[in-house]
Amino acid sequence: MGENTDVIQGTLDMLILKTLSLEPMHGFGIARRVEQISRGVFKVNPGSLLTALQRLERGGLVDAEWRQTENARRARVYSLTRAGRKQLDASTADWNRRAGAIARLLKADA
Amino acid sequence: MSLWRQITGGLRVLLRRDRADRDVADEVQHFLDETTDAYLARGLAAADARRAARLDVGNAAIVREQVRGAAWEYRVATIGADIRYGLRRLRRDGGFTLTAVLTLALGIGAATAIFSAVNPILLDPLPYPQPERLVAISDLGGDRSRVDVTYGSFREIAARSRSLDALAVARPWQATIVGSGAPEQLEGQRVSAAYFRVLGVTPFAGRGFEDVDDRVNGPNVVVISDGLWRRRFAADPAIVGRAVTLDDAGYTIVGVMPRGFENVTAPAAELWTPLQYDPSLPKDGREWGHHLRMVGRLRADAGIDAARRELDAIAAAPKPDFARPPWATLGNGLLVTPLQDEIARDVRPALIAVVGAVLLLLAIACVNVTSLQLARGAGRRGEFAMRAALGAGRGRLVQQLLVESVLLSTAAGALALLIANAGVGALVALAPPELPRAGAIRVDLAAFVFAFAVAAFVGLVTGVAPALQVARLAPGDGIQRASARIGGGHQTARRVLVVAEIALALVLLVGAGLLLRSLTRLFSIAPGFAPSHVLTMQVQSAGQRVAAPANTHRFFSAALEAVRAVPGVEAAGFSSQLPLSGSRDSYGVHFESTPTGLSDADGGAFRYAVTPGYIEAMGIALRRGRAVDAHDVDGGPAVVLISESLARSRFPNTDPIGQRLRIGPSDAPWRTIVGVVGGVRQMSLALDAADAVYVPDVQWTAFADRAMWLVVRARGNAAALAPAVKNAIWSVDRDQPIARVSTLDTIVEASAAERRFALVIFEWFAIGALLLAAIGIYGVLSGSVAERTRELGVRAALGASRRDILALVLGQGLALTLVGATAGLVGAAAASRALATLLFGVSRLDPATYAAVVVVLGGVSALACSVPAWRASRVDPAITLRAE
Repeated sequence: MGENTDVIQGTLDMLILKTLSLEPMHGFGIARRVEQISRGVFKVNPGSLLTALQRLERGGLVDAEWRQTENARRARVYSLTRAGRKQLDASTADWNRRAGAIARLLKADA
Repeated sequence: MSLWRQITGGLRVLLRRDRADRDVADEVQHFLDETTDAYLARGLAAADARRAARLDVGNAAIVREQVRGAAWEYRVATIGADIRYGLRRLRRDGGFTLTAVLTLALGIGAATAIFSAVNPILLDPLPYPQPERLVAISDLGGDRSRVDVTYGSFREIAARSRSLDALAVARPWQATIVGSGAPEQLEGQRVSAAYFRVLGVTPFAGRGFEDVDDRVNGPNVVVISDGLWRRRFAADPAIVGRAVTLDDAGYTIVGVMPRGFENVTAPAAELWTPLQYDPSLPKDGREWGHHLRMVGRLRADAGIDAARRELDAIAAAPKPDFARPPWATLGNGLLVTPLQDEIARDVRPALIAVVGAVLLLLAIACVNVTSLQLARGAGRRGEFAMRAALGAGRGRLVQQLLVESVLLSTAAGALALLIANAGVGALVALAPPELPRAGAIRVDLAAFVFAFAVAAFVGLVTGVAPALQVARLAPGDGIQRASARIGGGHQTARRVLVVAEIALALVLLVGAGLLLRSLTRLFSIAPGFAPSHVLTMQVQSAGQRVAAPANTHRFFSAALEAVRAVPGVEAAGFSSQLPLSGSRDSYGVHFESTPTGLSDADGGAFRYAVTPGYIEAMGIALRRGRAVDAHDVDGGPAVVLISESLARSRFPNTDPIGQRLRIGPSDAPWRTIVGVVGGVRQMSLALDAADAVYVPDVQWTAFADRAMWLVVRARGNAAALAPAVKNAIWSVDRDQPIARVSTLDTIVEASAAERRFALVIFEWFAIGALLLAAIGIYGVLSGSVAERTRELGVRAALGASRRDILALVLGQGLALTLVGATAGLVGAAAASRALATLLFGVSRLDPATYAAVVVVLGGVSALACSVPAWRASRVDPAITLRAE
């Protein structure tokens, strides 16, 4: 039985936005960055990632365009829009509030 | 902003699907390439790195489905595919599709047609302003039956009533128009001045009638209908004031009614002229004849109940200012009914029965489609299980089935509209002539939507059920079940449905059977005359040449001489009214032998003013004395014949011959009874022969009957004599119009038109129901036989003979029929109550009818069972067992 590497439900959008807030990136880059920064706790499969990116793009939170990458491949590069940045701030604040509350609850129990 | 992106993004994908697919594929490929690179960097060999990357990323096709499936446009795209697949499936299951579409279309179409015909008559408000305020007011006879009112009663009620805004009377009027085209006999009405005000409709050109028009010797003015204006006067814009010749008299057109004006009291009327009766109400005049229809408009603040109370009070309290003759005392009160009920009075029972019939048919259609869908769903369980196993979600399966159901319903709906359209045409053609508002009958979209919604809903729900069922099953289970063909629970449901279908069909069959027997009974009744080989026509005497009563009589007797000279004529005579032709001309009759002049007890009798030869030509039995003959002349001794019912009730112990009676007013002459004739059914075959008096037309001096019915008894074919007879009449005076030429047989048949109307519809619907029930039984049994092939094979292998198996399957079918028939008999016994008023001479629980219907149904169901039973008996055990 392997360790659970699924992204916590409902947080994938936020993780993508956060990752893109550093710099525009293609899909594989986002997946690798999430995996690296979470030190392998979260693994993002391409199906979920591309579905989420499609949703964010339709929602106006990210823009996308085909570009040449540094290793001369064609890739679809995503970048944060202003609405996306706003959304990121809102969901970060919300997450911190909830995570803090959960941490306190768990500490109190322990 | 984001909604905009949603829509444009989706549309872009829909419009350039290849590009969208390629984009996703390219991104997945990019993932694959980068992952491979990462593995290579870790030192894996090229082939190993590629394999590891493919494992990580997964199947590109599945990723693509996942991404694309999340967006809304995917639904649209798949519906297109579903429609294509659905059409293919429906084409492949041709038998199912055809049956389902036809069944639904018939049910929806028939229901739409019937409701379209019934709505304007029973439900839609009359086409006038504030139609709920319109009432019909009738006098009441001794037996509480409605009787037309007299002008005298109208004047009194108009003067005394406070609950009515306007009150008017009308009577039929036929006029022959000449000039500007061929002479034409027109239907019209003579109306009192307020007639159009009561209806609340004003002419669109010119004016309606004023009080100054409606007086004795008032101006000859007419208001014409829009239709007549267009047909006869080419929609002449200067029509008002134009002179026109009607019955040789000059009239002035003063108004044209608006297009779409419906005259519900006389739908065929095309022109109106003032009544012009004498307000001094002479006792011996037409002013006191019961021959007017009265319509009123209630005051806005007066309900119909208040009006009833007030008019009954007026009827019960005569005033000296308004003297009433003995035959118009209003002694039984007045009948106030909403005008809408009044015009639908005669046809309502037939219409309600027909509505019941069509609801049954619609129910049967729904049951049949449900059953078909269940069977089809069961047959496709394997398909759905397979698709579910391959990853189709429940929503996807439901969507597929919804699409198929919608396709089916749409096809059925389109066909139903055609059927409804044809059906409405057929209904109007078939309708009894007195069907009111026939002109307003057209395909009613609301009715169509209702019927379509019911049937489509049933189709939808039952069509989707299999998908829900499959979703609940484990995939493997479904596939197994499908291949093993073990009978499932749906068979029980289908059996219940078939039982319901048989029961409903039986109710319709019983209705049809009862009506058929009623009609047979009705036509086997002796009407009191001999209708075969008799030609009839209405001959008018119009114009100044024959204006004086003596001239009118001279014309008719000359015409009669001419007709008698036609070869092939055995006997001929004229009468002022003809039995079963719809006329109702009755008078109070007072016998000299009855002590006081009190008239109520004397009651009314139909008055026939006849020429010599009428009694003989009609074949009316002469019981005693003699018929009218050539010796009965104007100025000679006044004579009269009475019907045997009068003779029995008035002279139970004495010989009526030689007794005297008086017809109508008290100053009418005494007439001596010279003969007694057999009873004749005047109003309807279903009503007993009423009291009647026959007077020689030349001795009827109160007024001259201008329109007389000619009755010609022929030696051979009566209809073939018509041209010769008409020419004979025209040889006397070529300007006299002849109308309503027909044989007496036809008139007798037409008199039962409402019953025939209901019967024809019940017959068609019952045949349809029987067919559907047969299809239902056949379907269930063949389904069951197909599913039990293996069991039947085992039975055969174990020694069951073909006979045994035949009996097994037949027994199963007949058991269903028996249960259905039992339920149906109970239902029919209850439902037949709705038919009661249409029945004649047959109890609504007539055992013979019920028995015959059960036999017919049993026969048809046995036939439907026999095919699957025969198929079952041919099951070859070797083949079925090997197939396992």
